[in-house]
Formats: sequence, structure tokens, C-alpha cells
Amino acid sequence: MAADARPHGGIVPSDTHAPDAHAHAGVLQHHFDSLDQQRDASTLGMWAFVAQEAMFFGGLFTAYLVYRFLYPQAFHLGSHQLNILLGGINTAVLITSSLTMAMAVWSAQTGRRKLLTSFLVLTLLLGTVFLVIKYFEYAEKFHHGLVPGYNFNQAHFPAGEGGHVQLFFCLYFAMTGMHAIHMIIGAGILLVYIPLAAKGKFTVEYAHPVELFGLYWHFVDIVWIFLFPLLYLLGRY
Amino acid sequence: MPRLHLDKPGDYPLAHKVIPVSTYLAVFSALLVLTALTVFVAFHHLGDPWNDVVAITIALTKATLVVLFFMHVKYSTAMVRLCVVAAILFLLTIFGITWSDYWARRVPAIRVQQTTYGVRE
Repeated sequence: MAADARPHGGIVPSDTHAPDAHAHAGVLQHHFDSLDQQRDASTLGMWAFVAQEAMFFGGLFTAYLVYRFLYPQAFHLGSHQLNILLGGINTAVLITSSLTMAMAVWSAQTGRRKLLTSFLVLTLLLGTVFLVIKYFEYAEKFHHGLVPGYNFNQAHFPAGEGGHVQLFFCLYFAMTGMHAIHMIIGAGILLVYIPLAAKGKFTVEYAHPVELFGLYWHFVDIVWIFLFPLLYLLGRY
Repeated sequence: MPRLHLDKPGDYPLAHKVIPVSTYLAVFSALLVLTALTVFVAFHHLGDPWNDVVAITIALTKATLVVLFFMHVKYSTAMVRLCVVAAILFLLTIFGITWSDYWARRVPAIRVQQTTYGVRE
């Protein structure tokens, strides 16, 4: 086996059986033959989860598709109430957090423990910035009487459109709310990962927990990539 | 006896592929540029379906970049790709069948109404 010059120091065979199991510091589960096999299996499992998450959000996007088709004018009116500046900033924040997450995965794969910890902290910070901005956006909607079932004021809108605009805001809160819940769960997982990363739990051989969390984080980013134009950018011309 | 597990060196040619930092930075820049582009285009009227077509095309391009590079699918196994393709196909099925149902119920209804009131296409 070729010598591995990467910074983790030792040469750890990742493709052999039990005799070397002790070298994996207890990270190889007994039902796998090798770390590579374990990594492949867990990656596939994570993708199965991400695929069903796509189905879950798909239901919300289908509702959006149907009601936007039925009430296009009301959706334009609703969309004009959203803050395009805050939405745009949040898009940039989330894309940047995806970059820091990708860099965290790279740091794990190349055995850079301190960089990995820093990038995970940065990802958590950017995720928090996103949620804080989202909080101010929601507060604005509560303030302006745009919350369905709570204080929705149909008088803001032309006669006959108010009810359908309310439908737009139902979808707005359901879709961005579900997205925000995913962000909060992601932030919770990061809070668990950061101390583990600092302690050196993730190594070149055992980088896949970081890779798998990366898949989740990027998926949540993709949901926002679709939410932003579909909710914020309708009929702005 | 046939081997039931992949456990020899070389069985996982993609397992240790590390995507270089330059690729991540290029993808990141492309995502920011595309975000600016989608906002810019939204403020220009392109005629009825075209604003939506452009917005969705840009979003799909961004999502593809994230999936291929940030999520490493460009270097993933066939099983993972199957998972991705299956998710996309099922989503298209949900969107397509549901939307076509609403469309088919609505458009003929409008036609009937127009005919009743003497409006011809």
C-alpha cells in the first residue's frame, strides 16, 4: 500500500479485515467488512433519506403549483408583500454556508482537524444568521397583518383576491417554516459535531459522518434555491 | 463461491475522491452570479411564461451544481445516482399528474363557458 503523506500522520489500511480493525479506533461497525464498505452503505442510506425529504417538500411544492395555477393574480399580490432584499441576502447567506460546509467536508477528508472545526462553526454561524433574518421577516408579516388564521387583513387587497392571497401566505409560512425547522435541526446536529470535531473524532478514515451531514445541509440549501424565486420574485417587473 | 461483499482494494474507486477547493470556489461563485441573475431577470418583463421559465431554469442549474459538486454526485456510486434519479422522477410524476388534472378540469370548463355565452376562439 502506498504511503499516505496526509497530515493525519499514520498509514491506516482502510480496505482490510479484522487484523487491522484496531487501527480504526472503534469506528468500524462489526457488521461491515471495511470502512469503505461502511462509508458506501451509510452514504446510500443518507441519500435514501434525502430522496424522501425531497418527496416531503415535493408535496408542498405541488400545493404551490396547483394554487398558483388557479390564482396567479393573488400569488403576484402576495409575493409583492415579501421583502426581496432580506430574501436575497438570506439566499447569499445560505449559499455561503453551503460553501463552508463543503470546505468542512474537504477539511475532514484531508485530515485538517482545526480547519474542520472552524468551518463547522462558520456553517453554524451562517445558519444562525439565516434564522435571525427569517425571524425579522416573520415579525414584519405579523406586524402588517399578513398571518393567515391569526391577523390576516383582507382589506389590503383588491376585492375578491384577499382569500386567495391568504392561501399564498399559508404556503409561504408552511414552506419557509418547514425549511426553517430543517435549518434548526441542522444547527442542532452541528452543535453535536463541533465538539467531536475539536476532539479529533473525525479523521481521514472516518470523515463520512461529516460528509453525510453535508448532504443534509446542501439539500436544505437546494430547497431554498427553489423557494426564493417561487415565493419572492413573482411579477416584480 | 461468489463474493458477497466488495472488500478488496480498488472495489471502491470513488471512495476517497477529494474534490479540490478550487472547484468548490468556482461552484460557489457560479451560485452567487446565478442568484444575482435571477433577481435581475425578475425585474424585467419577458412576456407571459418566460419569467417563470428563466427563473426555474436558473434554479435547476443552481440545484444541479450543488448536487454534482457540493453533494459529490459527480463522483458517487451508481446506487447513489439511482437514488437521485428516482427522487427526480417521482417529483416530476407528482407535479405532472397533479397539475395536468387541475389543468384538464379547468381549461375545458372555460371553453364550455365561452361557447355558452357565444364567445368563439
